[in-house]
Amino acid sequence: MQPLGMGQAINQALREEMRRNPDVFLAGEGIGVGIHDSPMLPTAGLLKDFGARRVKDTPVSEAAIAGLAVGAAVAGLRPVVEIMYNPFFTLASDMIVNHAAKLRYLSGGKSSFPLVVRMKTGAGFGAGCQHSHNLEAWVAHCPGLKVVMPSTPADAKGLLKSAIREPNPVVFIEDMMLYFVPGPVPAEEYQIPLGQAEIKRQGTDVTVVTWSKMLLVALKAADQMARENIELEIVDLRTLVPLDKETLLASVRKTGRLVVLHEATRTGGFAGEVAAVVMEEAFESLKAPLRRVTGPDIPVPVSPPLERFYIPSEEKLIMAVQEIL
Amino acid sequence: MQISKSKKLEILWSLLLSRRFEEALTELCKIEGKIPGMMILCTGQEAVGAGVCAALQPEDVIITNHRSHSHLLAKGADPKALMAEIYGKRTGCNKGKSGTLHLAVPEVNAPCTTTVVGGGPPIAVGRAFAQQYREEKSVTVCFIGDGATNEGSFHEALNLASLWALPVIFVCENNLYAGAQRYEEHTKVPNIAERAAGYAMPGVVVDGNDALAVYTSACEARGRAVAGEGPTLIEYKTYRWRGHGESDLQLYQPQEEIAAWQAMCPIPKLRGDMLAQGLISVDELREMEHRIDAMVQEAIRFAEESPYPEPHEALEDVYA
Ligand SMILES: Cc1ncc(C[n+]2csc(CCOP(=O)(O)OP(=O)(O)O)c2C)c(N)n1
Repeated sequence: MQPLGMGQAINQALREEMRRNPDVFLAGEGIGVGIHDSPMLPTAGLLKDFGARRVKDTPVSEAAIAGLAVGAAVAGLRPVVEIMYNPFFTLASDMIVNHAAKLRYLSGGKSSFPLVVRMKTGAGFGAGCQHSHNLEAWVAHCPGLKVVMPSTPADAKGLLKSAIREPNPVVFIEDMMLYFVPGPVPAEEYQIPLGQAEIKRQGTDVTVVTWSKMLLVALKAADQMARENIELEIVDLRTLVPLDKETLLASVRKTGRLVVLHEATRTGGFAGEVAAVVMEEAFESLKAPLRRVTGPDIPVPVSPPLERFYIPSEEKLIMAVQEIL
Repeated sequence: MQISKSKKLEILWSLLLSRRFEEALTELCKIEGKIPGMMILCTGQEAVGAGVCAALQPEDVIITNHRSHSHLLAKGADPKALMAEIYGKRTGCNKGKSGTLHLAVPEVNAPCTTTVVGGGPPIAVGRAFAQQYREEKSVTVCFIGDGATNEGSFHEALNLASLWALPVIFVCENNLYAGAQRYEEHTKVPNIAERAAGYAMPGVVVDGNDALAVYTSACEARGRAVAGEGPTLIEYKTYRWRGHGESDLQLYQPQEEIAAWQAMCPIPKLRGDMLAQGLISVDELREMEHRIDAMVQEAIRFAEESPYPEPHEALEDVYA
């Protein structure tokens, strides 16, 4: 095991997959030479080690970056492209939503689009709503796309390696704060299949379903509640599409109580999907109404007290748990 | 074109105010926890904002971007309200919702600012459409960087503006970099202004460090626009002295290049000419600098003493 930040773990995954398959190439804004030169960043050192043929710095042109991925993928290359921040996905979205996600279907399954779109995301760095806007529910709503949102460095590495080997388009969303939270990463070769949630903490009283950075909030809340002998079971979805219903439902059947926690805003958020699945398939096991803990329905504000108010906290999660106990 | 003494004084004032305001921000950013978020400065490029806005009337509109301080100050925005917003305080022009990146000052006809690169041009088209629709004799200016001209939105906006002869001026501040990319690493055409030809609109290249040349070219473009002759693309060649943002170590910007451009600073050029021509005396200049200094200090004091918004205020202003 090696302690790495998530950016470093992603960097390893990219290196390993580029070495393994000469068809893997990277493109994006500032992924070769960027304005920040930190070893904690996912693409650090890749230009130097793999050269400009495979690590392509692009102009500020998200539609072209995404289209590059679609076109190169249908030719059998394995593009891994970066959209700098999640809100800029809107500029790339035509190529991803109308094209990457649909063209295989439109070809009757004859053409394939094995591509990965990496995006940085997350509130907490004071840049406001045009840089911080978690839009995972948008992409999860598009059949044809797979959606990954890892919470730990080890997961990020294993999931990204699978994503790069996938025959389908994958949107891979990285919370930037996690770049600076070190965690153990296995040194040997491994992959984590898409579509497998992981129980990050066993518990008996309440199931908390979450993903990405909010796992840290859930784990802290679980520590605190354990002192009062309340045991939270934390299910980290890791991939939203495909959704690991089995793990989710098994946990809810065990505890009989559910809180879904995500940083994204509430209305139309992915918690609604999780809730619907549980209501449809495990209604009879619920001992109490389920709860959602999410960002409020506002754009992410800049001012520090306002931004703190936006981001779901341990306190809010604990309150929600207490409401249904 | 004859430029009046008062116009020159106005431009000099804007140049000095923006420079002083941003020099203060550079220092404030070094204090941990003082200023939230990124800090993107236009130090060295101030002649563009100062010269263009001097060519505008109060009813003219500007749509600006992430590097907006000099544009907004030159358009007349209150430094106190800007500074408080940059601090994230409740008294800021956007109540702490925006911070430095998307400062909107509708009071001076800067109704919306976007940090999404390429977001401005289509909005400017719409704003100029409203001016044409209401038969107003005013224009909309859209400030963008060189990098932004590689977004599809820029090209759609230019075509539509030209097709409908809208009163818009696309002002491209070519500061030689888009993020860490030097101009020739992101764009093949030697001058951004040449892109205008593809949309049958005039495209001009102007020295962006010569505030008076900036002013003159903006006046011409404004004249065409209000006469119903349509949009202009003006490319101002300039340079950003600082990094993309204040946390950028500028490893990709050669020191000699920065020094060479600093030697072409727009301030001594205009100041020197005005002193030589007797348009301002050394004493008057010193007095102007003192007033600007006091204004910036007052803005900082105001921001420091202002309260942060209460957390629940985050819920306000989403809808009308
Ligand atoms: C759509 C979009 N893509 C990427 C970014 C990140 N970004 C912010 S500024 C910038 C460079 C813009 O360069 P340019 O247009 O030349 O303006 P400058 O920063 O040089 O003033 C980039 C890539 C963004 N804000 N929006």
